[in-house]
Amino acid sequence: MERIPILRMGNFLLVTIQVDMHDQLAMTLQDDLTNAIANYGSRGVLIDISSLEIVDSFIGRMLANISGMARILDAQTVLVGMQPAVAITLVELGMSMPGVKTALNVEAGMDLLRELVSAHRMETGDDDSEV
Amino acid sequence: MTTLKSESVDIAGPTDVVILRQKVRAWSIELKFSLVDQTKMITASSELARNTLDHGGGGRCLMEMVSNGARSGLRLTFEDHGPGIPDIDLALKDGYSTGNGMGLGLSGSKRLVNEFQIASKVGEGTRICVVRWK
Repeated sequence: MERIPILRMGNFLLVTIQVDMHDQLAMTLQDDLTNAIANYGSRGVLIDISSLEIVDSFIGRMLANISGMARILDAQTVLVGMQPAVAITLVELGMSMPGVKTALNVEAGMDLLRELVSAHRMETGDDDSEV
Repeated sequence: MTTLKSESVDIAGPTDVVILRQKVRAWSIELKFSLVDQTKMITASSELARNTLDHGGGGRCLMEMVSNGARSGLRLTFEDHGPGIPDIDLALKDGYSTGNGMGLGLSGSKRLVNEFQIASKVGEGTRICVVRWK
């Protein structure tokens, strides 16, 4: 079956969506990512959508769902690389994606993800060095 | 309004939605739509095609490159023979959904186009016509 690859890098998972996704592919990604977070105990997910020419309400909902599910699984999600035309269209469509953290590019996204994960660890007192 | 060219696209499965998006993109580029206008029209076509598939049980989309003399544009007419929409005003409300979506398909795509017409009869089907002008 067709799948979007999920790369594991230490505590993080990286996903680059480079194809025009049909709905089933989007659902499969949602399942695969949540499973990967649980299996690897990942603390952060970076999703790069710079190649996506459109984000409609279905894909937008899938991205928001991933972020919400990851949070429940104790992982942070950052969405990076949204094209300006996609952002304009998404807001006009009525989706402002509340609760989804974003950054302009992969580099800024990785910085944000590290910050979020370390801030979250301090908050919960779940610092590996203290164990 | 004159039609410069037209093509009918079947919407029978999820991959047809992707195919339609790609065709709408190609036609929008041919019409020299700006990038934002292209994105809006492709997104609207995706929302409406998904409605045709999920709520109408499949159907077709008639793509037309049209001209009204002064301007040219892209007209998309989605037709299904599904259950129809009993209350169109309600269906056009943000956040109203009978499926498991966000309820933005109809109301959202209406905001992405210049003209939006909807006709539906319970038990017969639904027809939605949208136009985006250059």
